[in-house]
Amino acid sequence: MQLKFKKLTPIVEWGTLLLTTGLVCFFLFVILYDIITKGWSVLSWEFISKLPTQGMTKGGVLSPIIGTVLLTLLTAVFSIPFGICCAIYLNEYAQNNWLTRTIRASIRNLSGVPSIIYGLFGLALFVQAMSLGTSILSAGLTLGLLSLPYIITTTEEALLRIPASTREAALAVGATKFESIKDVVLPSALPGILTGVVLTLSRAAGETAPILFTGAAFYINSASGAMNQEFMALPYHLYMLSTQHQSIEEVRPIAYGTALVLIIVVFLMNLTAFYIRYKYRKNDQ
Amino acid sequence: MQYKKRIFIDTVAKHTFKLTGYLVLALLGGIFGMLLYNAISFFAEVRPIDFLTDREWNPTANEPIYGILPLIISTSLVSFGAMLIAIPLGIGTAAFISEYASPRLKNILKPLVEMLAAIPSVVIGFLGIVLVGPQIAEFANLPNGLNALNGSILLAIMALPTIITISEDAIHSIPKTYREASYALGASKWQTLLKVTIPAAAPGIIAAVMLGLGRAIGETMTVLMATGNASLFPSDFFDSVKTITATIAIEMGEVPYQTTHYFALFAIAIVLFFMTLIANLIGEYFINRFRKYHAA
Repeated sequence: MQLKFKKLTPIVEWGTLLLTTGLVCFFLFVILYDIITKGWSVLSWEFISKLPTQGMTKGGVLSPIIGTVLLTLLTAVFSIPFGICCAIYLNEYAQNNWLTRTIRASIRNLSGVPSIIYGLFGLALFVQAMSLGTSILSAGLTLGLLSLPYIITTTEEALLRIPASTREAALAVGATKFESIKDVVLPSALPGILTGVVLTLSRAAGETAPILFTGAAFYINSASGAMNQEFMALPYHLYMLSTQHQSIEEVRPIAYGTALVLIIVVFLMNLTAFYIRYKYRKNDQ
Repeated sequence: MQYKKRIFIDTVAKHTFKLTGYLVLALLGGIFGMLLYNAISFFAEVRPIDFLTDREWNPTANEPIYGILPLIISTSLVSFGAMLIAIPLGIGTAAFISEYASPRLKNILKPLVEMLAAIPSVVIGFLGIVLVGPQIAEFANLPNGLNALNGSILLAIMALPTIITISEDAIHSIPKTYREASYALGASKWQTLLKVTIPAAAPGIIAAVMLGLGRAIGETMTVLMATGNASLFPSDFFDSVKTITATIAIEMGEVPYQTTHYFALFAIAIVLFFMTLIANLIGEYFINRFRKYHAA
């Protein structure tokens, strides 16, 4: 009896941990299973290549796709140069003093600020104070700010991995500090930086709260791509179809299709990032 | 290139980089200043004591009432429920990945956790409406399943990747010698995990939980879609709730600019800002403590 119990306990203990892990995997499985099985039947070439028609009850999601792509590009344009420059300053130039520590602390806090507060900030600064109006430009600037702390952190990690001897070698052959960064440090840190950038942008592409009042619209007649126009975006489209539409049950299949397209976009970006990381690690060894 | 020109470019670059560093400071200051500026306009019209003690949030009534209490209670209730679910699951999964899983299984589980983290919040909120809601409604015999429990389940899913990743790092970084000393005394793997490894990793795990909590408090879309948004005092998990984030998201789209109601939304945003800030600062404090003792 004693022996039997002793044999059983490790199984129970191990089983508890396995159960928690299994539940977490189960969540992921249920999410993906539900979206894929119910979204798959809607997904077709028509669905991704046609504009929404008849009050969103028919047609496709072309305009939200275009909106999300443009928005993500704008986010990239605003956040990448700024973020990389700031990471270079922190890692290559800044001394370890109170000012640098304050900057680092604010970056960490910025990444903890809720996305809806970025939305409010974008509304107050870009939409109103700078009179850009509710537009794709305001939304892109807002998402750019939101992405900034992540880009800085991941770029800094990539720069940290470059050994000091690399920089010293460049300086020793007569390069100025800027030249050593531009021609030696940045190129070797590029895969790491790219991984972080793509991951950050995939997060930005799925964000809804910051674009709620900075420019996303329920329905836009055409996908013109003008910077001062409101726009449709996949996450906002999904939100509207599932909560605000007048015939919610009727558009449910389209909502599932939108969710599937959004997940595919985000996962493709993640895969790209992992691929870069994987290749980079392999070359490293 | 001429030497002088190269030095000039070098100096310009240096100052440009420096400027971007300062701009980040300005950004945090700007966000806080913007919240504060608008919140002050609100407190010029509504007494802070009423704001903090009124038991109702009803800005569209004939006599508007701006009591933040039900919103704070709602946010706390949903986040607390999320933590009740996410803490055991997160720590259990972290311990499993770090201590029990084979390297091959680890290589499968870790990307799965990253996949869970990558799913946009609006998709999780959508599933709260179409999947979790109907289940809860059937289980508890309610007309609909859009309530605090639904929000808690979804927020737990959103907080799990944060909790798992940071806890796993913490457990993993406990030196092997700790475990070996425990095994040498005759402790089993489980006893070692429970009595040695997890206590040693505790600061890191607390940090993980606090950062997960910060994420849950600040999350907007999932709670906006899944909790029903009735701005009443919730009494249990089956009540519909309206959190701070959802209130801002719903009402900011409807109010005219520069009205009391508009400023009120900034006032509750500043409360939200501090709630997440405190959670993140506590998390950061424990991460630093952990790094101090277990620096590689």
